[in-house]
Amino acid sequence: MLFLLDAGQRALADTLHAMLSAADTPAAVRDWSRGDHTRGRALWSRIAEVGVFGLAVPEEYGGAGPHPVELAVAFVELGRHAVPGPLAETVAAAVLLAEPPLAERFLPGLAAGTDMATVAAPGGCALDGDAASLRLVPAPDGLCLSTAAPGPVRRSLDPARRLTALSPAGELLTPDAPYDRALTWTRLATAAQALGVGLALLDRTVTYVRQRTQFGVPVGSFQAVKHRLADAKTALEFARPLLFGAAVSLRPAEVAAAKLTACEAAYRTARTALHLHGAIGYTAEYDLSLWLSKARALRSAWGTPEECRDLVLTDGL
Amino acid sequence: MGGTGRKAAIVDLTHSPADEEFRAAARSWLAAHVPRTPLPSLETEEGFAAHRAWEAELAADRWSVVSWPERFGGRDAGLLRWLVFEEEYWAAGAPGRVGQNGVSLLAPTLFAYGTEEQRARVLPPMATGEVVWAQAWSEPEAGSDLAALTSRAVRADGGWRLRGQKTWSSRAAFADRAFGLFRSDPDAPRRHEGLTYLMFDLRAPGVTVRPIGRLDGKPAFAELFLDEVFVPDEDVIGAPGQGWRIAMSTAGDERGLTLRSPGRFLASAARLRELWRARGAPEHARARVADALIAARAYQLFTYAAASRVLDGARLGPESSMNKVFWSELDLALHETALDLLGADGELADGAWSEGYVFSLAGPVYAGTNEIQRDIVAERLLGLPKGRR
Repeated sequence: MLFLLDAGQRALADTLHAMLSAADTPAAVRDWSRGDHTRGRALWSRIAEVGVFGLAVPEEYGGAGPHPVELAVAFVELGRHAVPGPLAETVAAAVLLAEPPLAERFLPGLAAGTDMATVAAPGGCALDGDAASLRLVPAPDGLCLSTAAPGPVRRSLDPARRLTALSPAGELLTPDAPYDRALTWTRLATAAQALGVGLALLDRTVTYVRQRTQFGVPVGSFQAVKHRLADAKTALEFARPLLFGAAVSLRPAEVAAAKLTACEAAYRTARTALHLHGAIGYTAEYDLSLWLSKARALRSAWGTPEECRDLVLTDGL
Repeated sequence: MGGTGRKAAIVDLTHSPADEEFRAAARSWLAAHVPRTPLPSLETEEGFAAHRAWEAELAADRWSVVSWPERFGGRDAGLLRWLVFEEEYWAAGAPGRVGQNGVSLLAPTLFAYGTEEQRARVLPPMATGEVVWAQAWSEPEAGSDLAALTSRAVRADGGWRLRGQKTWSSRAAFADRAFGLFRSDPDAPRRHEGLTYLMFDLRAPGVTVRPIGRLDGKPAFAELFLDEVFVPDEDVIGAPGQGWRIAMSTAGDERGLTLRSPGRFLASAARLRELWRARGAPEHARARVADALIAARAYQLFTYAAASRVLDGARLGPESSMNKVFWSELDLALHETALDLLGADGELADGAWSEGYVFSLAGPVYAGTNEIQRDIVAERLLGLPKGRR
């Protein structure tokens, strides 16, 4: 028993944080929101170079995985920088396509970042169908590779999430893909991303309330402000061990608990961040909006709070 | 975790075989000894005596203070095994711990700042429940602002004389001895200086104990009136005047790992789920029951992470304040949900959840109010500027 990240895991986080901080990620997010994927794809390649997409892919197919703890570490950083694109969906695809002969055909491209995959949610839309090179559709016959053009883009509350309907018309890849396992990994990635979103919101808000003065003092010296931030900090710090505990066990109920808790903590932090920034926080122009809107969208992606709670109550923790 | 050229992951949530053996031994002892019917309330004279006898039973087989050194009645169990013991203890439905104040507040202080003579004299009877300790921190004008305390310790031949008033002294109605802070140098330049940490006998001449009924009327705490109470030098912990620093390290322990172990909340959350199912799994409580299960697990894993940092050589700091807020709110939410599930019977004072509910109501207040903890989180973890409280 030792529940600590090791030096390599911490180094992975540091590497990604440094790379994404230097990459002007907010500009890539804004381009992506307008359907201009150029900068986003460049960012995707650099994330792939660090090895992030290989963490869900076994070595024989060009990855380094499976490494769920490292995946969680990496996705916290991707969330912290509001990186756009079908990130969790590409993890889903790697798990769905993990069996030969599909694995030989698809996994190397996913691990290398040359392919960007999306997966249609059951009965719903797919994230960034207009950007993805692999569009997967779970259909009654099995998992299909959609070759039809994706439907028109529907805007999400998070402008960086562009949703499209996918047609199952195309190639039937396999009659029985490991959907449950894929959902577990996707939820883990989403939970990590949400935690990162929450940490970024907290960080930016702490910086803001230390600088913003009213009545001659920083607003961060007021107890009403401090206590909201203390609650956000506490919620995020208690989500963190659930996330890494879930990454270790990969038990669906544990992952659902982590997903619920990280998303709720991030959303609560988003509400606090919005409020404590005052009117400037309510503008699209200010970069805070990139994280504010994502916190809401991730809350219902790949498992609503109620779906997650049901799993906890049925399977136990 | 697979992969070549990588060392084994540090993130490892499995207990060692030796720790699992320890768990099995605790479980089997508890299965054989835990009273079949719950003891009377700890906050009554009869219940206090029954809980004291239970401590003696635990101590007879060295299960009362597993983390202490063997020479004081423990098992040298270490942090992880203590957590394992606590999981088994509460899962077994074992009684509340009457010696909690002494074991989780005074004992860590003695281990850190006491003399070997003090440890040898004070700890063994604490371990058996022969001497039960009350805490004497708060005063009528010193609550959250503890450094405002005015009770005096005045130098006397061979010791000190205590004079003043303490209040909200948990367990003092039936306990034997108490520990707390007293102002020994009223002329010290800062009010956090000139305080001395002392132990004293609640039956010494000059001590008047006036029990206070908590919300349900049970005398869970007391006022202490101290009128020239003599305390020998041997009952001063650390150097005179150093009491604040010493007490704050104890307060850190209280909020941190040792006051409320995760095992307690895991057991309560499991009981809550049983209750929910027994009541037909009503929809209105579904989310709250799930959230209680998740929060108890989060608290367990948070604690394992904190224990791992300690084992890795770190010291726990202001993060303990997040702990205090989290467990006290969880405890309250758990009990409120249970009462709601009981429907109209929820108001009955003899129900299985009522005593715990009344106890949980005090959680956000004692051991440093949750507002004080949030200030600490904001100022010391987030770096926000100090301001008016």
